[in-house]
Amino acid sequence: MSLLNDLINLNLSETTEKIIAEYIWIGGSGMDLRSKARTLPGPVTDPAKLPKWNYDGSSTDQAPGDDSEVILYPQAIFKDPFRRGNNILVMCDAYTPGGDPIPTNKRYNAAKIFSHPHVVSEEPWYGIEQEYTLLQKDSRWPLGWPLGGFPGPQGPYYCGVGADKSFGRDIVDAHYKACLYAGVNISGINGEVMPGQWEFQVGPAVGISAGDELWIARYILERITEIAGVVLSFDPKPIPGDWNGAGAHTNYSTKSMRADGGIHVIKKAIEKLGLRHKDHIAAYGEGNERRLTGRHETANINTFVWGVANRGASIRVGRDTEKAAKGYFEDRRPASNMDPYVVTSMIAETTILWKP
Amino acid sequence: MSLLSDLINLNLSDATEKIIAEYIWIGGSGMDLRSKARVCFITLPKLVTDPTKLPKWNYDGSSTDQAPGDDSEVILYPQAVFKDPFRRGNNILVMCDAYTPAGDPIPTNKRFNAAKIFSHPDVVAEEPWYGIEQEYTLLQKDVHWPVGWPIGGFPGPQGPYYCGVGADKSFGRDIVDSHYKACLYAGINISGINGEVMPGQWEFQVGPSVGISAGDQLWVARYILERITEIAGVVLSFDPKPIPGDWNGAGAHTNYSTKSMRNDGGIHVIKKAIEKLGLRHKGHIAAYGEGNERRLTGRHETADINTFSWGVANRGASIRVGRDTEKAGKGYFEDRRPASNMDPYVVTSMIAETTILWKP
Repeated sequence: MSLLNDLINLNLSETTEKIIAEYIWIGGSGMDLRSKARTLPGPVTDPAKLPKWNYDGSSTDQAPGDDSEVILYPQAIFKDPFRRGNNILVMCDAYTPGGDPIPTNKRYNAAKIFSHPHVVSEEPWYGIEQEYTLLQKDSRWPLGWPLGGFPGPQGPYYCGVGADKSFGRDIVDAHYKACLYAGVNISGINGEVMPGQWEFQVGPAVGISAGDELWIARYILERITEIAGVVLSFDPKPIPGDWNGAGAHTNYSTKSMRADGGIHVIKKAIEKLGLRHKDHIAAYGEGNERRLTGRHETANINTFVWGVANRGASIRVGRDTEKAAKGYFEDRRPASNMDPYVVTSMIAETTILWKP
Repeated sequence: MSLLSDLINLNLSDATEKIIAEYIWIGGSGMDLRSKARVCFITLPKLVTDPTKLPKWNYDGSSTDQAPGDDSEVILYPQAVFKDPFRRGNNILVMCDAYTPAGDPIPTNKRFNAAKIFSHPDVVAEEPWYGIEQEYTLLQKDVHWPVGWPIGGFPGPQGPYYCGVGADKSFGRDIVDSHYKACLYAGINISGINGEVMPGQWEFQVGPSVGISAGDQLWVARYILERITEIAGVVLSFDPKPIPGDWNGAGAHTNYSTKSMRNDGGIHVIKKAIEKLGLRHKGHIAAYGEGNERRLTGRHETADINTFSWGVANRGASIRVGRDTEKAGKGYFEDRRPASNMDPYVVTSMIAETTILWKP
């Protein structure tokens, strides 16, 4: 259908100044991404210059039918890898007409935490490792798995190559380039331990931008799987049994941790996280108890433990950091379906602001 | 078939002064679009934008239910020109309306009357703006079942699909996205798109357009959409309730404002206008699209067809006034009654006529 492609790929910059802006938001479940597009008179690079918009919250479980308008505030702009040209993707959050964040708007609180002067001066960096599973569209069985059966046990698939070991690479590679094009700080990709499962990493991103960038990366991924006719799953344990789950390990550092002697700041931070383990776990994603079993490179959900190079721990400190006595650490507890606004701001709040 | 694509995409500007003009008109049912093409000789400037420079033409009205076989010529008057997104170059699409050889509008020509209303001095002075939200459903070609729906079955209930993303929530985006760019290329004032509540259903918006151009632009946008679904091998439906039961229907909500409504204090003009619309509810409903009674049930974000109601931010009302308008004390309102298969010439001119010219 090359005629359709010709139209989709029309470069409008030759005929008009107008651009298309795709406004993106998070729906009522906290994980469902929604978007719609509007025409703007010319190119825009500053989100503050974009008009607020609204949507039908009664169709996304976020407002009643007789008072259905929910307002979208543009927060971050990225280049649109699908429409290209001067067209843009706009990450938004949602408010009542009165100007209050609606209950599912987790960005608002995170932005408050990230603008606290103590947090600002610590310049928190995040690197999020987003794992996900690709599923065949009608059966919802992982990509590459035989229908009604299972592939050979885990072993050959992690970073694997070959038609019998790697399933869905075209999606992953298209996503990688699309994110780079969009201006998302995507730092890498790899095939995961479970066949049909993959990972990409976003970061290092500072403060609130970690959440914005991860959500846009998720949106771009879901658009790409839509094109590919494959279903995207962020379930933390898509297949029960001897198959790895999917997490969103969150790597973290502050200015103090990155400076000489930072290892002590790191240890203190980990202690505080240990004292608030239950609270963090409650906010780290639905269904995480199916994943954090103590097996398959996880720590048991009820246990808080940290260690150097230990993938069975809740928190892992890399050998590099230990050797240099400064650096960052990895919180391995968050599930793949976590909300990065919640997780990143909570880690900052606990380690920088909270006093035990 | 790259040779075929090469030929379709030939850029003729280097080879000839001639351009191709696709004349578009509405057939005998009032909803069937028809078109045929002719060559025009054009000298500088190459791009034709003025419809009066184009020749009148004619077609076989006996093949479209618009004339008898023994007196079949129907005359096409060019009314609006757009760039052709399919042939590109200097080629054009021409929206026309239909007349007898003697110069009278044929019965199905709704544009003629609308143009009269829109040229009335009182209406001209009020500069009526329209934003039309055209909903439509995409159907799989041979079974006429919505795209993405399993044959012989149903998808999961409504909820995930409105503005949804993902292979299990969004069906047919390539059609929608190519339509968006094609319309912008053509010069149509398309202001946005979104996935709708029922899976396989979509919406695009055209506007704000002034007076008669709202109808011209919407019809050409519909034409471009039908050409694109033709390419994609998918059937386009403007039925207002394609699937009975707990599935949303398809409408063509028409947003409207006049100069007085857009000025300070306009909210009072708006309320008066809504009152007048309420007094003529039955007359409007009769002209708002065939089969609308299957859609306007009072459920699925509609108001019951026999009830006239209005409210701020209320999607269950006949007329909805946005919060922005309420807050600013001026703006526009949304008539949510028209069905997806309404004729925009009829609806836009009727709203103008009732609110500006009609005295209760």
